[in-house]
Amino acid sequence: MALLEVKQLNKRFGGLLAVNDVSFQVEPGQIKAVIGPNGAGKTTLFNMISGTFPATSGTVSFKGSELKGKKPFQVAGLGMARTFQNIKMFNGMTALENVMVGRHVQSGSGFFASMFRMPWTWKEERDIRDKSMELLAFLEIEEHAHTDAASLAFGQQRAVELARALALEPSLLLLDEPAAGLNIYETAEVGRLITKIRDLGITVLLVEHDMSLVMDISDEIVVLCFGEKIAEDVPGNIQQDPEVIKIYLGEE
Amino acid sequence: MKKLLSILPLLAVVIGIHLLTSATDTMYYLTQMTMSAYYSLLIIGLCVLMGYAGQISLGHAGFFAIGGYLSAALTTHSLIPYQDTTLVSFLDSAGLLLSGHDLYGEALLVVAPWVACIVAVFTAAVIAVTIGIPVLKLKGHYLAMATLGFGIIIYRVALAMEYFGEADGISEVPPFVLMPGLSVSGNFSDRVQNYYIAWGLLLFGMVLLLNLIDSRVGRALRGIHGSDEAADAMGVNTARFKLQTFVLSAVFAAIAGVLLTHYNGGIGPSEAGVMKSVRYVAIVAVGGMAHLWGALLMGIVLNFLSLRGIFGSYDDAVFGLILILIMLFAPNGILSLNIRHRLKQYLGRGKQDREGEA
Repeated sequence: MALLEVKQLNKRFGGLLAVNDVSFQVEPGQIKAVIGPNGAGKTTLFNMISGTFPATSGTVSFKGSELKGKKPFQVAGLGMARTFQNIKMFNGMTALENVMVGRHVQSGSGFFASMFRMPWTWKEERDIRDKSMELLAFLEIEEHAHTDAASLAFGQQRAVELARALALEPSLLLLDEPAAGLNIYETAEVGRLITKIRDLGITVLLVEHDMSLVMDISDEIVVLCFGEKIAEDVPGNIQQDPEVIKIYLGEE
Repeated sequence: MKKLLSILPLLAVVIGIHLLTSATDTMYYLTQMTMSAYYSLLIIGLCVLMGYAGQISLGHAGFFAIGGYLSAALTTHSLIPYQDTTLVSFLDSAGLLLSGHDLYGEALLVVAPWVACIVAVFTAAVIAVTIGIPVLKLKGHYLAMATLGFGIIIYRVALAMEYFGEADGISEVPPFVLMPGLSVSGNFSDRVQNYYIAWGLLLFGMVLLLNLIDSRVGRALRGIHGSDEAADAMGVNTARFKLQTFVLSAVFAAIAGVLLTHYNGGIGPSEAGVMKSVRYVAIVAVGGMAHLWGALLMGIVLNFLSLRGIFGSYDDAVFGLILILIMLFAPNGILSLNIRHRLKQYLGRGKQDREGEA
């Protein structure tokens, strides 16, 4: 069974059909990429999957159940984590604290227990901290754990954002243009981290602009153009696909 | 534990102020220090709402007034005319009422202060939930305006209803006996114990809020402040957390209202006024928004000065001016102005300029 199944998804903004009848599946354990030129509807597709806004028609099923009407925090609770194109750090918090917020759904202390420091919150708090430190170490930025996240370099913020998303212990990780704003070295570095995450057994679905990253790390690629799916295949075949070449390089 | 230790120096300061006023024969300052402590209780609650959860409220004087007015009305209006109704006789037999005599020797039957306190705080919480659910969907200016509207309504209700004493407010509110020998009242002989009651409560509230912001809930709140959308994606039910924080701060305000009313022996419509709400917001801003210690310090200092009448007839104008100056020159609060560092920088630059000329 596919981990994520997108079926005949449509999104209409007024007269514009931003996503037109798109269907695809994401199998457990793979890295799948959605590519396409600017305005192809990639981010719109992403926002419908994560519950940011509803689809005009069509369905998104995650782990076999439909996500219709679910808000983003509920979708996150089901085990789908995401990052943002323009990194959304929690400013005024350290890198570690940022990741600790990611442990939210894996913990449960409420207002009362937190204010009175009830004994059962002690262990939970320690677990949150330990697990978050582990993730920062996994993404190789533990030395910046106590730095204000907003003051880190862009590439490091990416890594913190990945750690924060992993803190949810997701089964599916959505990455919205993980290479946006990064130079080629940082892009290669992020690519390596994404592969490392996949090797943990976490399925990855990414939307990306940067072809080099996508071709290097993806198992399968979906190509969108003006809201429509025009190809879906392994990277080798996508590179040969005449229609994809036409879109990306222009007609001869 | 670390939080408790950080409170200890403050406890020493509280005791120190008592000893100092007692040594210099200026014990009358304790009265304003007590009142400032109650106002500061509201302010630290508002600080968590504004600075940590990132939601503004220009209606917190409303919650203070709901607490104060309800408690005042319930403990002063005699129920003797309704003595025979089932409700009143039930309350009486359940021990929730107090009988006594008013100033003119007339028999009185009123709600016991602790019952009135619970009713008042609970009512404030219910009202906070009721208006919080629709209003907290708004952001920024819109939220400010909606909460301002709430504050205006409470003010006009206090001013219009006979039950709440209209323009005169409610006076002759009885002492709130916490336990034998310990009561919240403005009696001269109880001044020192009231100083410690108010400050004990404020320190306790401070410990609770310091615990809160450094916890799973606090991190979620700061996350919401940082990025609503990202917090949502982390599984934080942002709407629920905002609402709970709003209610929590309303409860702090209502408790402050109840106790200050018993301490003062009365409450008037000015406590519900919009200018009071603006003042609270200004104080949180001066303290540095996301800075509980700053809010506490400024809450005490500014309220104390205001209560001592330092600002004279320009009281509200001073708070308006403070708000403007802080927004212009120290949007992160007055404690963020590292004066010595700035002075050094300024002097250093002057020196460089001169060298440049030479």
